[in-house]
Amino acid sequence: MNARSQVLLWGAQRASAMVLALCVVVHLATIIYAVRNGLSASEILGRTRGNGGWLVFYAIFVAAVAIHAPIGLRTILAETLGWRSRGADVFAMVVALSLAMWGWRAVWAVFH
Amino acid sequence: MLQVRVWRGAERGEFQLFEVPRLESQTVLDVVTYIQRRCDPTLSYRFACRVGVCGSCAMSVNGQSRWTCRTHVSKVAADDRLEIAPLRNLPVVKDLVTDMREFFDKWARARGRFQGDKRRTDDFARVSPESRERRLVDASIECIGCGVCYSACDVVTWNPDYLGPAALNRAWTLVNDVRDVAADQRLMAVAGDAGCHACHTHMNCTERCPKQISPTAGIAGLKRLVLDAAVKGRL
Repeated sequence: MNARSQVLLWGAQRASAMVLALCVVVHLATIIYAVRNGLSASEILGRTRGNGGWLVFYAIFVAAVAIHAPIGLRTILAETLGWRSRGADVFAMVVALSLAMWGWRAVWAVFH
Repeated sequence: MLQVRVWRGAERGEFQLFEVPRLESQTVLDVVTYIQRRCDPTLSYRFACRVGVCGSCAMSVNGQSRWTCRTHVSKVAADDRLEIAPLRNLPVVKDLVTDMREFFDKWARARGRFQGDKRRTDDFARVSPESRERRLVDASIECIGCGVCYSACDVVTWNPDYLGPAALNRAWTLVNDVRDVAADQRLMAVAGDAGCHACHTHMNCTERCPKQISPTAGIAGLKRLVLDAAVKGRL
């Protein structure tokens, strides 16, 4: 991977961290609000089903996670295991796609 | 008396115990010099100026990288015990002497050499001491190349290709030098996984720098400039 791509990955991780900071705060606040009368699947689905706002919010949340985590994982693999080859980049990309796929699938499941 | 354990050997070796008289205003370099002159003349170590200018006497003292000529024993040996070892992250030549080649090669790799476009017949460049660029240069230019920051940096340990705080601080100094004409090439040289973006902002370098420079701040500045260059296609 060339230096420019490495720099853009760094930028993407910082940008996604900013998005995550906001998303995590909203997510935690929602949890605290939602569990005040106990927690049930029907209550969660009642809030999320058909709600375009939550769909967009969690779709962005998942995208930020799928960008942020694999870039960090790539660095951890390089620094702790010495895995710096193209294989490590491919592995990080597979993790990114997996997080995005399963995350968006879950978001769609509670919306649909 | 001071109980002083000193590293003997190269990469493989062991600590040797010496007893050294405790004196007033004694520095760690005084202790090492006493051992070499009075106890064991085969002890190898480096020093030159003894007054914090040359940057050649840095060692690991009780686990922390320090310039030994300006480190008073009273500051680091609360119980009259010292453990003196060579700097971390550099190959050991013998005893307290490390091979500094990789450290300085990385300065070259980071394009740490000034590149101007003026001739000796041109007029002097006029740089206002109050200008933003000159102030940034002031904050980073006093580096003496002692290697303390490089030795204290965990990222260097984990990523041997990482240019390290001193080389990046030098690059930052030159990026802010308005007379220099190689800024974009320098940003290219310090970009990516082995450059400024590998820094985790642990700030060990800033904590340990004997000249109170903050390489971390310079590296953060480089990160922003390099990202800007990458986004705008100048990289």
